[in-house]
Amino acid sequence: MTGGVGDIAVMEEPHASLRGVVRRYGGAQPVHALGPVDLDLRRGEFFSVVGPSGCGKSTLLDVLSGLGRPTGGTVSFEGAELGGEVPDGVGVVFQEDASFPWLTVRDNVAFGLRRTGLDGRETARRVEHAIGFMGLGQFAAHYPAQLSGGMRQRVCIARTLVMQPRLILLDEPFGALDQQTRLLMGDELLRLWRETGATVLLITHALDEAAMLSDRVGVMSARPGRFIDLLETGWPRERDSRVVSDPAFGALTSRLWSSLRTESLKTMGRAA
Amino acid sequence: MSEIALEPTLAAEPRSRRGIRALDLAIVTALLLALWQLVGRATGGIAITPPLGTLAYLADLVQTSLFWDHLGATLLAFAIAFAISAVGGLALGLLLGLRRFAGDVAEPILAGFYTVPKVTLYPVVLLVCGLGLSAKVAFGVMHGLVPVTLFTLGAIRTLPPVLVRTARAMRLDGWQTMSRVMVPACLPDIVNGLRISFSLSLLGVLIGEMFSSQRGLGFLLVSGLAQHNVPLTTSVVFVVVVGAVLANTLMLRLGRGTSGRE
Repeated sequence: MTGGVGDIAVMEEPHASLRGVVRRYGGAQPVHALGPVDLDLRRGEFFSVVGPSGCGKSTLLDVLSGLGRPTGGTVSFEGAELGGEVPDGVGVVFQEDASFPWLTVRDNVAFGLRRTGLDGRETARRVEHAIGFMGLGQFAAHYPAQLSGGMRQRVCIARTLVMQPRLILLDEPFGALDQQTRLLMGDELLRLWRETGATVLLITHALDEAAMLSDRVGVMSARPGRFIDLLETGWPRERDSRVVSDPAFGALTSRLWSSLRTESLKTMGRAA
Repeated sequence: MSEIALEPTLAAEPRSRRGIRALDLAIVTALLLALWQLVGRATGGIAITPPLGTLAYLADLVQTSLFWDHLGATLLAFAIAFAISAVGGLALGLLLGLRRFAGDVAEPILAGFYTVPKVTLYPVVLLVCGLGLSAKVAFGVMHGLVPVTLFTLGAIRTLPPVLVRTARAMRLDGWQTMSRVMVPACLPDIVNGLRISFSLSLLGVLIGEMFSSQRGLGFLLVSGLAQHNVPLTTSVVFVVVVGAVLANTLMLRLGRGTSGRE
């Protein structure tokens, strides 16, 4: 049920992959933020990344999405190497509220599609579908300021979803939400993943979230972030937040925690 | 959810608030008219003409081509000055907001220039631009350019970086990011800057006309003063005040529309 760090490589062509990726930030105090990291995302899998705070999880997402260039190594998506731009087919959801306050929910969701040259009726159909899917139906004419944080994050997810991405990258999208909302949003995310068939990479600091949602979980070390453990959860594709009562869930979470504990202590030592 | 419970209050509030605002407006207007009447009376008409007398004079004045000539001259100078201030300030603000270092250098200089009483520089403007339209426009721009620039610059700086990242994640190019994300996100602040710029460039143009011009409402005002034509000066002031208040209200409303909260 679990896989060691060594056997990340899989037989089939990976959907997205990182090869020897390193990210350093220059400046007065240069920081080695990430790597070297090797990672292959299987097509259609739900992959979570956990790690101590400041370990370069967000940097990993940056590099994988094409928002940031790696200092060394290569990143590829669907066989093509990224060149400093977000490729078509990749959608990103950020931790912060990224809804556009000057647009209604409907216009927020339609924002990306309006530029694609898709005809009006198809645009409208896809927008309405994404809005309905994320349970925003009755708020379509609302502005983000009239919505709660959880609803705003749904708007951002719907805005990404409507573009029909094949790889969805989420950077702690529920980080700012309360625990109940997180669990429910987790279920929504699973539903979205199942229905779209997309590959999902979720960055989270919540071990239970990672254990509950993922097919595989990668554990990162303290900075510079590297993968120190990789777990296969073995959950069936049809699953929801009720897996938390499965005995295997407890075992997974404690395995994650034992991998992470030493690394988290290092981070705290550094901070003190 | 709590959002639904909020709905009725959201819908009901604006109407009653609008009623209160209309009442406020009526009271303030009445008070101002009363004050105007009082001062007019107290000074025996040597400083300002009371409201009714002014309106009567104004009714005659607007039938003369002379008045429209002067009004047209002011409006033309103001329109050019405001357009330059708005477009130039927006461009400058965006540029300085995006170029962090340039912004850090320019901001204190602009803020410093903003506090200089620009009237003191008017002789220089006159020597550079000569008498006439260009001097008035230049003086209007000197007043109006800085507020738009500073407001735009500030808005770009405080823009949440995640919005720009979102634009990049959606594969928008630089120009689209600017026009479709940054400007709309900063629009409430930009409109506020434009509003201040509006009144300041009008001020600049009027001052320009008062000092050295043969045309415009500013000139009309000064010649009214020189000839001790009190109804004329009061009428001109009245026209300027009404015009400025109307324009300001319009822009406030525009600003509220752009903030998009309701």
